[in-house]
Parts: sequence; structure tokens; C-alpha cells
Amino acid sequence: MKHLRSIAEIGPDAVVRLLDLTDHMAEINRRNNPRVPALRGKTICNLFFEDSTRTRLSFETAAKRLSADVMTFTVGTSSVNKGESLRDTIETVAAMGVDAFVIRHPASGVPWQVSRWTTASIINGGDGWHAHPTQALLDAYTVRQALGRTGGLDGVRIAVVGDIKHSRVARSDVEVFQALGADVTLVAPATLLPPVAPAPATDRLDDVIDKIDVLYLLRMQRERMHEALVPSLREYSTRFALTPERARRLPDHALVMHPGPMNRGVEMMVDPAELPGAVIAQQVTNGVAVRMAVLFDLLAGAGSAPDLTAEERP
Amino acid sequence: MTSVLISGGRVLDQTGERAADVRIESGRVVEVGAGLAAGDGDDVLDATGCVVTPGFVDLHVHLREPGREDAETIESGSRAAALGGFTAVVAMPNTEPAQDSRGVVEFVRAQGAAAGLCEVLPAGCITVGRAGMVLAPFAELVDAGVRVFTDDGNGVQDPLLMRRAMEYSLGLDMVLAQHCEVARLTEGAVMHEGLCCSELGVPGWPALAEELMVHRDIELARLTGARVHLLHLSTAGSVDLVRAAKADGLAVTAEAAPHHFALTEEELRGYDARFKVNPPLRTKADVDAIKAGLADGTIDAIATDHAPHPADEKERPLSEAPPGMVGLETALGVALAELDVPLADVVAALSWKPAAIAGVADRHGRPIAPGEPANLTVFDPGAIWPVRPADLASRSHNTPFAGRDLRGRVRHTIFQGEPVVRAGVAQK
Repeated sequence: MKHLRSIAEIGPDAVVRLLDLTDHMAEINRRNNPRVPALRGKTICNLFFEDSTRTRLSFETAAKRLSADVMTFTVGTSSVNKGESLRDTIETVAAMGVDAFVIRHPASGVPWQVSRWTTASIINGGDGWHAHPTQALLDAYTVRQALGRTGGLDGVRIAVVGDIKHSRVARSDVEVFQALGADVTLVAPATLLPPVAPAPATDRLDDVIDKIDVLYLLRMQRERMHEALVPSLREYSTRFALTPERARRLPDHALVMHPGPMNRGVEMMVDPAELPGAVIAQQVTNGVAVRMAVLFDLLAGAGSAPDLTAEERP
Repeated sequence: MTSVLISGGRVLDQTGERAADVRIESGRVVEVGAGLAAGDGDDVLDATGCVVTPGFVDLHVHLREPGREDAETIESGSRAAALGGFTAVVAMPNTEPAQDSRGVVEFVRAQGAAAGLCEVLPAGCITVGRAGMVLAPFAELVDAGVRVFTDDGNGVQDPLLMRRAMEYSLGLDMVLAQHCEVARLTEGAVMHEGLCCSELGVPGWPALAEELMVHRDIELARLTGARVHLLHLSTAGSVDLVRAAKADGLAVTAEAAPHHFALTEEELRGYDARFKVNPPLRTKADVDAIKAGLADGTIDAIATDHAPHPADEKERPLSEAPPGMVGLETALGVALAELDVPLADVVAALSWKPAAIAGVADRHGRPIAPGEPANLTVFDPGAIWPVRPADLASRSHNTPFAGRDLRGRVRHTIFQGEPVVRAGVAQK
């Protein structure tokens, strides 16, 4: 595997391989000294054209635990306005010697464009509305772990609720869940679905809430109010939020997930701390292990048996 | 007197096709017939294996001058036109400043004349500054020789203003050409609204946004009796609407661009902005409908919508890159590679039909006969050639056909009796 730009591009076998590798990384993360020399001498550049503290910190942590060198470059839109093109930025940084770029950009497709201009591996840290494959992998890993599965997610019933249309998390999560054999239902009004939906869709959360194993809530962005996509946040919450009433109808074993940051009082109208099935903190924890697995797979060579036993010595 | 002799080809015009040589003197065809003898000092152009046709007329090009001479100039665009076999091009008015006054259109026409490679016909704006608020001075511009009026790049959104434009145009020798796009339905749009945009995570440009305005303007033409030309149609629904309008006898004409009958939205899966264009590449069903519209004459003309953009602008993220493709040098090759219609129909759609729409049928797209103006194209309909962007004469190289093999290539172009392209090489 050269790049991780989308789940669709790598296919189900690579997904399972990465999730299995994540188990090894999670084991490292439980050690007192969670650091191995696996990527010593490799340079990873985090190139963020859009602010995202949690994704950036997660990638930085993952790279450091594998002993890679990390550069982080947060490009405000002002720098772009100063005239340097995306291509010039990439070629300049690549000339410093970079093995992998982690790219976050507000425009869909930028990781594909960038991979035409550098020989480095490209990891998509989120592009526009399009894809966020490491989020999808950490979500799949979290479901697998919490439901005690190995391999895939055959027959697991997952409802993804909210603004599917504008969500890179939704696109990538649907791809990864379907690749692993899960039964995905989208829950959204038609205004928040893409023109061609990637899975069966309904606008009635109440019809599915008691028949699912995983409830995946998306962040509802307030600016959608200005685009006539929903009449009001209040009406959105009435129809699509996790309310106390809906929480009581969830099956006992059902997981509740959210990619963060959460809008309390909009899509989340209960305290997740009081939900036995909430795995939102585990998602964040697993994010580091999943990103370690991705970096290792791309930079240490696919198929190489992971020798992750050695501890980093001072 | 020395003459230009086009020797060994087959003449194809609106009167039919026959093996014939063509002699040109002082800017006019003087003799057409088999086995014409070359005189001493005659300039003989070899047309063996070629067809000799009236020069092509492109109803839709962006030459970028004045304003964006980094992307194209009237001279470089004229050279691309001549190499593509065009002896006249209609220059869209979205220049900076816009072509909404006599001064600007006279500048464009003069730059074209100075380049001397083809006739540059400036289109006028429908509204001042293409802002959609106030009508441009139609009569003044008609007096300055303008025949085609459009706000291309923008559709005229206000239905009342468009009605007034049509009514006011009635006594004038002009045609209103509409860029059909209801802007409110395409805000932020990057590509066709459908499966691909759903998967690629970008905002879609629905077919309806074009078809609503096609429908509106057909009905306004019915109401007012005005002549209306519909630019760069891209959807099956638009073709159906125009077909019905023509059946009703309305004075409506339409054009389609080569990329809209050769390429689909699937090209955008690699997020390469060379395939971003407005209106966008659509589906296989739309491509088939455009081809059918060209085959049955619903679509009158092939027009390139030649839209040069510098490479660095096309390397921006897909959502930020400007829409448009160069097309002058590839139009014939794409048409012959893609269209399953008689050669005469392709030439009609490239020559005498657009000449009539552009109001230049007195000098372009003429039958090839003694006394006629010598604006002619000589092309090899069987030549297979690969598109190499670096070889294009256009100052910008944003072709979506890079690396593809096209069929049919211009060998010579004769403009006002002068060979401006010889053996595929521009002479100035």
C-alpha cells in the first residue's frame, strides 16, 4: 500500500490487515513506555490546511510512538492568499525529505492532486466532504473491539444519523462498515443526503432506534441552518437527536458513537457519560493506535512482519 | 496572375461532394474543377486524401483579451483557431473590461485583424458589465458590427430583463445567445449532480439548472418572436426541449461542445480540474442525447467553448479551479472520432450552420464556387493523431484530450485567400 486516501481505494483485505495491526499497536500503547523504534529515520509531515487539533495531535502522537520525525505545518488560508500555490507548498516541503504527508484540506480531492506532485506516501487526514479514512478505521476498530468481534462486522446493524451529505466521516464510515459486511442504514432528511445515497436511507430515527447494534451520530453544523437544509436546530433535534426517550429504546448492547466535537443539546441530548453503550472516549484512544498501524503499514513496507517488540532506548 | 491552387482533394460543401481542385485569386475562389493546371509561380497546396470545405466558424470562444493575456491573447487564440480550421470565431464578451461598448468591441475586432489568422467577431454583452441589471446598448453595438449578444459565463437570471432584451432585439440584426444556468441552483457546484459527485463529496450542478432556463427562453422566444441561440447544451432534457421548440417552428438554434459529446462525469474521479467545465461533463445518457441531437439537426452547431486557463489555476483544488477547456485545435478531431454521422453533417455543424447563426453567411461557410470569398479548410478526415498539450498553439494547454488519439486533422486553412496554415503549420 502506497497511500491511504480513501477506504474504497484500499479494499476490504487491507482494512482487515490494518485493524489486525492496530491490535499490536494498542498493545504498545498499554506499555509503560509506549514507544518503539519501528519508523526511526522516517520523516512524516502533517500538513493541515484546516484547523483540527484532535486529528493533528492524534497523528503526531502516533508518529512519535513509532519514533518517526514529525514536522507539522498548519497553513492558514492567508498563506494561500499570499500567492503560494498548493503545488509549490508540497514541492517545497517534499524537497526537505519527507516519507509521508498527512494532509487535511477543506477541498475534496486534494490528496489525489498532491500525489501527482510528490513520491511520498499520502495519508488523507480529511478532505472536504469527501473522505476521512483514518477516522473510518478507528471507528471500525472501536466497533470490532466493543462488540468482541474478530475479522469483519458481518450482520452488525449500524445507523449513521445526521448530515451525511456534507460529512467526510459519513462517506468513509459507510465505506468501511460495508466493506466489513455490516448492515448500514442512513438516517437523515433528504436535504442532508447526497444526490445518490451510498446506503438505504430513512428519515425516521424512531423506526430504527430499537433495531440497531451501533448508533453513530454525526455533528450537526450550525451553518446548515442558513442553507435551508433543515428548518431549525430545534426541529432537527426533535427528529434526529439522541434524546432520553430514544436512549431508553436502544438495545442494551448497542454502542453510541460520535466523531467529535459533539454538539450537546443538538444531536446529543443526553449526557454520554450516563450511556452504558457510549464508546466515544475509546474512539479517541483507538485513533492513536489506528494511525500507528497506518503509518507502519505505509512506511515499514506492506507485508513485513511487524517486529514491534523492541523498546525505544534513550 | 499568381494564384493559390488547392490540388488533389475532394470538395465538400452544401451543394455536395466531388473531386475537384480549387483556384484562388485576390481573396476569392475563381475556378473549381478536376485537373486544374498549376501556372508558373502558383502556390500549390497538396490536398491529396483531404476534403476541401468552407472554413469553420466557432460560435463560442474565449480569447481572454483584454484582461487575461496570461491565459490567451487574440493573436494566440486566432492561431489556435486557424490550426483548428476556423476562419471565423465569435469572441465571448467576458473580458476585462467586458465587451459592452463600441470601444471594446472595436478593439477586439482590430486585434483580430492585426493577427490576420481568422476573423474575430466580438460578441456583445446582453447586460452592462454582464451584471444582469441593465441592457447593453444593442443598437450601438449592432452598428459596430456585433451580431451575437450574450452574457456567457453568466445566464441572464431575471426573466423580465430577458423578455425585454428579446423584445428590444426584434428590429435589430442580432441574435441573443443564452448561457443556460439558473445560478441559484448551482452555487458552489463543481461537477454534474449525480452518482460521481455523491461519491467524490463535491457540490453538484443539476441538469435542471440548465433545463429550466432553456425552457424559459424557449417560451420567451415563443412569446416575443425573438431569435434565440442556446449555448453549450449539455443535458438530454435540453435536447428534448429544443427539438420540441423547433417542431413548433420557433427561431431557436443550439450548439454543443465537443467535450459534451465525448466525455462524462467519470473523468473527474481523479480530481483533475482539467475536466472541470461549465456546464459540467455529464452522464453517458446525456452524451448519447447530444450526439442524437447533432445527428438529427436539433443541435445546429459544434462550438468549442474554448476556455484557456493557466496551468497553475487548473492545479488548484477542484472546488477552486476555474472551469473551462481549450478546444479550438481538437474540435474537428474529436467530432470525427466521436460522431457517427455523415462527414457532410459534421462539416455543416462546423461551418455553414454556425456561419448563419453568427450573421456572417455572406463571407463564411459559403459554397465553394467561382466568385465566393476564399475562406476554406482542407483536412485529412482519416488522420489519427495524439493530442500533446505542449504542441498546442493556444497560450494555455488545459485540454481534456491530452494523450488521446483523435481522428481528422487540418492540413491547410485559407483565410481571405491566404494560406494561414500550411501542412499543419501556422504561417504567422
